[in-house]
Amino acid sequence: MDKLTQAMQQWQESILDKQLQHAPELSDHFTTESGIPVKRLYTPADLAATDYVTDIGFPGAYPYTRGVYPTMYRGRHWTMRIYAGFGSAEDTNQRFRYLLDQGMRGLSIAFDLPTQLGYDSDDPLAEGSIGRVGVAVDSLADMEVIFKGIPLDQVSTSMTINGPATILLAMYIAIGEQQGVPANKLTGTTQNDILKEFIARGTYIFPPEPSMKLVMDIVEYCFRQVPKWNTLSITGYHIREAGADAVQELAFTIADAIAYIDAALARGLDVDDFASRLSYSLGCHRDLFEEVAKFRAARRLFARVMKERFQAKNPQSYLFRTFSGSCGSTLVSQQPLNNTVRIAMHTLMGILGGHQAIHTASWDEGHALPTEDSSRLALRTQQILAHEAGLCNTIDPLAGSYYVESLTSEIEKRAAEYLEKIDRLGGMAQAIASGYISEEIQAASIRLQESIDSGDKVIVGLNRYVEEEADLMEEKFFALDPELEHRQRERLASLRSRRNNSEVQIALTELATAIDADQNLMPILIKTVKTYATIGEICAVMRAKWGEHQASRYF
Amino acid sequence: MTEKNKIKVLITKIGLDGHDRGAKLVAHALRASGMEVIYLGHRQTVDAVVNHAIQDDIDYLGISFLAGDHLHVVPKLMKSLAEKGAADHIKVIIGGIILKSHIPDLLALGVHRVFLPGTPLAEIEKFIKQDYGTNHLR
Repeated sequence: MDKLTQAMQQWQESILDKQLQHAPELSDHFTTESGIPVKRLYTPADLAATDYVTDIGFPGAYPYTRGVYPTMYRGRHWTMRIYAGFGSAEDTNQRFRYLLDQGMRGLSIAFDLPTQLGYDSDDPLAEGSIGRVGVAVDSLADMEVIFKGIPLDQVSTSMTINGPATILLAMYIAIGEQQGVPANKLTGTTQNDILKEFIARGTYIFPPEPSMKLVMDIVEYCFRQVPKWNTLSITGYHIREAGADAVQELAFTIADAIAYIDAALARGLDVDDFASRLSYSLGCHRDLFEEVAKFRAARRLFARVMKERFQAKNPQSYLFRTFSGSCGSTLVSQQPLNNTVRIAMHTLMGILGGHQAIHTASWDEGHALPTEDSSRLALRTQQILAHEAGLCNTIDPLAGSYYVESLTSEIEKRAAEYLEKIDRLGGMAQAIASGYISEEIQAASIRLQESIDSGDKVIVGLNRYVEEEADLMEEKFFALDPELEHRQRERLASLRSRRNNSEVQIALTELATAIDADQNLMPILIKTVKTYATIGEICAVMRAKWGEHQASRYF
Repeated sequence: MTEKNKIKVLITKIGLDGHDRGAKLVAHALRASGMEVIYLGHRQTVDAVVNHAIQDDIDYLGISFLAGDHLHVVPKLMKSLAEKGAADHIKVIIGGIILKSHIPDLLALGVHRVFLPGTPLAEIEKFIKQDYGTNHLR
């Protein structure tokens, strides 16, 4: 290293300093999006403390920095998922079949807010929200329509559902049965990550303790009955979208994972029974190198946590398998077509970051649900990058970059410091309840907003290169059918009169008994959804037993 | 109207949506600029918000919408304020993911001002201070 230090010093004195004298740099402090200082130049000296074999290693081998599988995209491309779901079950079924025809490999369902919060479409609180940010599901009857003509043994389905995840999974299992696909053949994911709802997304129903019980009911039931199901998608994406920086996103995601693993261990499961069915989701934000470093650091830090903290033995338990998504908050509603470029960058981050599934947003998502055209473009973006750009020929191509490796280590170090702090606070549940996590996120959110408002952080079309009268292209946006709410309520009324209501009541009573007995609720929920009991009816039983969680007023 | 030291603002979200990043940022910025800010959190109902606003003698009611339900909620909100005799002295400001083409409808309903995505926080603060000044110092 002496030779290097000497050469660098010489370069600085004879070349760099002269340049800086007559042409200063654009800023006196360069940082990543998350505020990590970035040096002018990285050299092998920055990797002096990094050991290739123990810190970087090989794909498919501990500590998995370079990827979770030995051949990565040379063996198989990532699963291209386009998050979709709107309006009625028919609308969503049609969109899914269209996207599958266009080469999409996995479904990703968005549910409307009443469904996510356990309200039926005829509940007064659901008014105005039915089918708006996702598909309206009141009962198994709606799920039957969503999956009509889609064989569940040929697609994997990711469901963005948390509070009532047990109920939607029960419905999915019931649809499988109807199609003759046994539960042990079903593949897919329930997001089921309630901790990040308390931290970031706000779509919780019950207080933390019963919420955690429901999460664990899925983990435990699937270990025994639905072995290929990803029981949880522990999600940093929403934490980032709530204003966290990249380090916080990673740290809080792993802290959540630790809390879930502790809870599963407390149920008497062995870490290697269930850890391989946990999956993860992180966002693709603005800073390409920081994001790639974040994904690499995530794999390494997680593998170390699993090995050192939880003493996992099965290598499958070490894998930080991820679904990445374009951060919607990076999209800009002014000059909306510019978003196609941002989305291509998100896709690039996802690929260079080695994700197992990638969602790309649509250019119009700064303002509306995607149209068929805009979601096709989002899918084509992935296909172009997968096939045309040479990105998949070799594994983890940014490895060995002095900068990316340094940043990977720095992010891992900073995230590990957060984990220590959270441990000192008594674990993630405590850290959330105490307000610490919200305070940290809010501080980062304010920092970022201030840097955008001051113009320090340039956002094209927003605070620079602004076109006052630019076309917002609103006429091209998706518009929801105004008759939808009415139709969905009628459909529900007809279901209520058609089904065997005494069977529904019996099942709901059994559910209440199972809650009192603190049983795993999955078996009774599968039975209950088959009677066409609605999500609202089922959640009403749970609300009566457990109460509801109240929103925080911290800001 | 009695003379008050501070402008009183209530920030909240009505409806089922939980995306509160923007609402919290606005609440923070307004408080930092010297206003008295009450933040009710998300998932509020029209009735609860209006009652709160009246009880706390609020000057500005800021509601954040990100789930596309503003044209459904705002008419109910304005109606409730009017029924309770508060429409004149409580000014409603809307922000969030709102189409520009919706602004005329919202203003026609009696909304005082609509802030679209990307609005610098200082612009919201400046608007409220100037507006308050115009109404209270003449």
